[in-house]
Amino acid sequence: MPPEPLPSLETAEGFAAHRAWEAELASDGWSAVNWPRRYGGRECGLVRWLLFEEEYYTADAPGRVGQNGVSLLAPTLFAHGTEEQRARVLPAMARGETVWAQAWSEPEAGSDLASLRARAVRVPGGWRLSGQKTWSSRAAFADRAFGLFRSDPEAAKPHQGLTYVMFDLRAKGVTVRPIGRLDGKPAFAELFLDEVFVPDEDVIGEPGQGWRIAMATAADERGLTLRSPGRFLASAERLHALWRARGAPQRARAQVADALIGARAYQLATYATASRFLGGERVGAEASLNKVFWSEYDIALHETALDLLGEEGEFAEEEWSQRYVFALAGPIYAGTNEIQRDIIAEHLLGLPRGRR
Amino acid sequence: MLAAAGTPAAVRDWSRGERAAGRALWSRIAEAGVFALAVPEAYEGLGPRPVELAVAFVELGRYAVPGPLVETVAAAAALSAPGPAAGRFLPGLASGESMATLAREGGYALDGDAATARLVLAADGLRLAPGHGPVRASLDPARRLTRLHPGGELLDPDPAADRALLWARLATAAQALGVGLALLDRTVGYVKQRVQFGVPIGSFQAVKHRLADAKIALEFARPLVLGAAVTMTPADVAAAKVSACEAAYTTARTALQLHGAIGYTAEYDLSLWLTKARALRTAWGDPDACRTEVLRDRA
Ligand SMILES: Cc1cc2nc3c(=O)[nH]c(=O)nc-3n(C[C@H](O)[C@H](O)[C@H](O)COP(=O)(O)OP(=O)(O)OC[C@H]3O[C@@H](n4cnc5c(N)ncnc54)[C@H](O)[C@@H]3O)c2cc1C
Repeated sequence: MPPEPLPSLETAEGFAAHRAWEAELASDGWSAVNWPRRYGGRECGLVRWLLFEEEYYTADAPGRVGQNGVSLLAPTLFAHGTEEQRARVLPAMARGETVWAQAWSEPEAGSDLASLRARAVRVPGGWRLSGQKTWSSRAAFADRAFGLFRSDPEAAKPHQGLTYVMFDLRAKGVTVRPIGRLDGKPAFAELFLDEVFVPDEDVIGEPGQGWRIAMATAADERGLTLRSPGRFLASAERLHALWRARGAPQRARAQVADALIGARAYQLATYATASRFLGGERVGAEASLNKVFWSEYDIALHETALDLLGEEGEFAEEEWSQRYVFALAGPIYAGTNEIQRDIIAEHLLGLPRGRR
Repeated sequence: MLAAAGTPAAVRDWSRGERAAGRALWSRIAEAGVFALAVPEAYEGLGPRPVELAVAFVELGRYAVPGPLVETVAAAAALSAPGPAAGRFLPGLASGESMATLAREGGYALDGDAATARLVLAADGLRLAPGHGPVRASLDPARRLTRLHPGGELLDPDPAADRALLWARLATAAQALGVGLALLDRTVGYVKQRVQFGVPIGSFQAVKHRLADAKIALEFARPLVLGAAVTMTPADVAAAKVSACEAAYTTARTALQLHGAIGYTAEYDLSLWLTKARALRTAWGDPDACRTEVLRDRA
């Protein structure tokens, strides 16, 4: 553990400090414990990996600047990348040398991601990317990005003719404009791409197959990897400590108890999912249950904390307020909760598909 | 008047401590007689007229007007007993020439750096604070909070502290209602024009129902606010405060969610109302304090 808490990830200084922390974790294989050793991991199985995450967050260790890469791009490369790509990308990712941003959303393509318009045009030896991406977390300070581009504008359906590529945020033709979140911190950015060249080696999977590959990534984002139960167990304990420190007021009793109960429920649900994984089952739409649960849980917990803080809860730089602002976005990113509820209703409950 | 004033730009200036636009707005609000509604006629005011004041504060909330609006009203209420302090401060507050802030001892004052009269409800009476500490950033950037220095001139050993709290709560409730109404209007406008999956997102039932719920909450808060302004009993005012602030906060959550990522950015004007809804919820009595007040006289 770093002796002092690191400065906010959403600042240049904090970003650098978090990169250094990733390098330190990586020096002993702790930044991606479930990866094979040859890429910088410890080859932990699912259960040991979950335990590691619990310990990590219980210790209140720093947030992971490498998260987009480690939890989204890496699983994609394991499933669809080439050996050359894995060997080139993963070790630098594990050490925090290359921090990755996810470049999926566009101004007109949010929930309806398949309506995206940024293009990839075939040129000798690779592709040229043009268009605009937005809401790219951490892109203000990140090095590289992965995203979807329309490579066949003639394809019959919007989901077809998309290609998944990796590109350099400092390449010629890329402009990154940071965007301030609610408290003004540059938590994400928009990217303007003007004829940006990417070599063939940076295309993931077959050109034109981007949608299928991306959807597997999205399930990872919502499912096990984005929010480990350790985070919520740690948050619930912190809330409980705050409540005690404030004299355990009667009025907040129910909410504090519910936070502890919710964290335990999420932990056990995750164990159940993990044992199904180990039994060889695939987890698809169930990931949407997780996403709705943790995002709403997280907000309720932080609202309780701010209520307990009373007047102090209004101050922007308090740790609880910062965590609250972060929690507020949970029901929006990684597929909005409205979309997740549709998925649950249609895929898990078998209800008829709505007009869309 | 407020619609023409371009309040978002004034709010952003105010957040940075640049006050020219905010002060100009303040003068126009005073000219319209808003602060005078809290000041007795004997001191060049038009009041006390809580009903008109509540109506005006709904509009101030609707336009996200920055500054110690509630605090100025509360200060006027605290100073309302006839005496030298009333004569010294009330005419200036009514006319908008001065801007007051008011804090309970040990608490934070809104815009203590901008106010011309910094008042503290101390254990031994109402005091004129000799200065203020550093400004702390609120989640609502337009709310600049600071502690006032202790001591200072004793203005009134027996000020109308309960009355000040009552007026502060009423004004906050009305302001919050206005904030909620603005959030609802803006969100309804947005979901009609934002297209995803080839249709306006307002055509999705999940979106419609959230907005319908916000509408219900606000429409049942409104009569409580106006009713409290008529009776001015502590329980009614507390009920208005808790329901208006909860309705505004629920609407803020809905507005944020239905705007998607753009709602989560500081540069988009929606944020000016979103963060205010959160802050007003705890200002001048959080939901628990207000609920306790509702139950107090019902033993
Ligand atoms: C903090 C944060 C970080 C992010 N990070 C990234 C990132 O790193 N990379 C990236 O690519 N993107 C990122 N995003 C973008 C995110 O994925 C999108 O915000 C999300 O997909 C929603 O799109 P939108 O914002 O355009 O909202 P819209 O799609 O316009 O939705 C607006 C509202 O309409 C609702 N709605 C839309 N369609 C339907 C429907 N069919 N039925 C019911 N309701 C519907 C939505 O649920 C929402 O409430 C981030 C967003 C946030 C807030």
